[in-house]
Amino acid sequence: MSEAQTPARPAAALQWEAGDTSRIPFAVYTDEQLHREELERFFYRGHWCYVGLEAEVPRPGDFKRTVVGERSVILSRAADGQLHCFENVCAHRGMQFCRARHGSGVKEFVCPYHQWSYTLSGDLQGVPLRRGVRQDGQVKGGMPADFNPKEHGLTKLKVASRGGVVFASFDPDVEPLEDYLGPTILPYFDRLFNGRELTILGYNRQRIPGNWKLMQENIKDPYHPGLLHTWFVTFGLWRADNKAALKMDAHHRHAAMISTRGNAGKQSDVSQVSSFKAAMELEDKRFLDIVHEDWWGEPTAVMTTIFPSVIFQQQVNSVSTRHIQPDGHGNFDFVWTHFGFADDTPEMTARRLRQANLFGPAGFVSADDGEAIELSQCGFTQKPGHRALAELGGRGVEETDHMVTETLIRGMYDYWRKVMEQPA
Amino acid sequence: MKLDFDTWLAVVQLQADYAAAVDSGRWELWPDFFTDDCVYKLQPRENHERGFPLSTLAFDGKASLRDRVYGIQETLFHDPYYQRHVVGTPVLRGVEGDGAIRCESNYAVFRTKLNGLSTVFNVGRYLDRVVRTPDGLRFAERVAVYDSEMIPNSIIYPI
Repeated sequence: MSEAQTPARPAAALQWEAGDTSRIPFAVYTDEQLHREELERFFYRGHWCYVGLEAEVPRPGDFKRTVVGERSVILSRAADGQLHCFENVCAHRGMQFCRARHGSGVKEFVCPYHQWSYTLSGDLQGVPLRRGVRQDGQVKGGMPADFNPKEHGLTKLKVASRGGVVFASFDPDVEPLEDYLGPTILPYFDRLFNGRELTILGYNRQRIPGNWKLMQENIKDPYHPGLLHTWFVTFGLWRADNKAALKMDAHHRHAAMISTRGNAGKQSDVSQVSSFKAAMELEDKRFLDIVHEDWWGEPTAVMTTIFPSVIFQQQVNSVSTRHIQPDGHGNFDFVWTHFGFADDTPEMTARRLRQANLFGPAGFVSADDGEAIELSQCGFTQKPGHRALAELGGRGVEETDHMVTETLIRGMYDYWRKVMEQPA
Repeated sequence: MKLDFDTWLAVVQLQADYAAAVDSGRWELWPDFFTDDCVYKLQPRENHERGFPLSTLAFDGKASLRDRVYGIQETLFHDPYYQRHVVGTPVLRGVEGDGAIRCESNYAVFRTKLNGLSTVFNVGRYLDRVVRTPDGLRFAERVAVYDSEMIPNSIIYPI
């Protein structure tokens, strides 16, 4: 292939000022062509994306509508108990046929337009008037004799489930989920999802006007929580002098930020931080009625980012999945699914629900993050030729035993460049 | 169910006073509309109708409301905005044995950011339990169940 025929690679034209990933061009957040390419390379090829929890579709005939990247998909459980995931686009005329967000007791999916029907595993089972109509002793119309329903099922995704968490991929050649997560991240995944039955506590949904990667970066950035989030720093839930570790998979795409609570209210280096409020006292102490659970081990918080689509949260007794659903380069929907465990006592459920006040779109802590992301996107948009700095803790990519570093963000862009700069 | 006119008027007045208070920017006024052992929830309609207990905000007791006020005033970073409630006439659902009044009302909240246009921010209905106290009617329970499940980034101020 001559150079003139080489497909355009928008990522190759980016200027990485330092050569490494310590200075990130704003264009990665503002360029629509790059965004289209990211969807193809991260969400639709070679990667697993989160689609839900098994507890959302516990019985045969249950389904949930969700997305992989920007493509609408349905997660269903067939009569034999198997999970299936297929694209919400009718094989006939392309209609996005499923509008319900969830359902149960379903026997089939029917496209309302021409009543084509599909099984719970996405196979085409019925085409009205396929054999035409009989008039005056003659068969008129109908599908051609060689029409084969087997060739016209819905686009099926590969499905993998581990510990009650379901992932799907449009790529039939994607590596096994366990290899995808990798041996460093897998133990943190299994710590939270160790096979116990999960119970759904409910959802929160927010539309954040910013690039989807900013949410991955937010949870790969241990620098901000002890600064932006007054609650975290003041009550010692997350601050720079907590015992901590930052881990990555071998590709640097997934990460875990591991922290152990300490030092609440004590004076130290962090007391210079303007958001630290030594005098702050909760009137209702139950917001921080933390009870240690055996499965935690030593850490009191582990925030795991699975690239590109999901964050798994354990912050003391509050556990949730946070699904990143991109919508163009400048917007994403962020869907929180709070859960508990089937063997939780009523007191523990009440505690998880109370601590949920810290998180989500109105949370004492997390509401800040969406706001910071929106205003970062504003900055990128007004100055698209500029770049961000991510030099805290050096310019390289390595795991650390402290939080005063942006190494995980540099790591993510190291992986991003590897994938995005490959020839098409 | 019978309710005398003065009580009806007081219920309507409570709703109107609440809206005026939470739109005024004086957040410290908010907790005083509630009883000491109140329940306040802001819950997406999806969770409400599917029986999921999670709320976007869930407070019980006036002390926790004051903690939220402190959060708004001192700890939560956010892009500042005005909000404006438009609340419909309450529908009375019943009077309980202890005299508590069950009522519902539709609401719409508009958000206006500095230098921005006014937009529809959050719409839903209040499910209220209103009780008589020496200081007048107060909310023993106020659950705001919102249709606007896709929150435009964040909700900082009380609905």
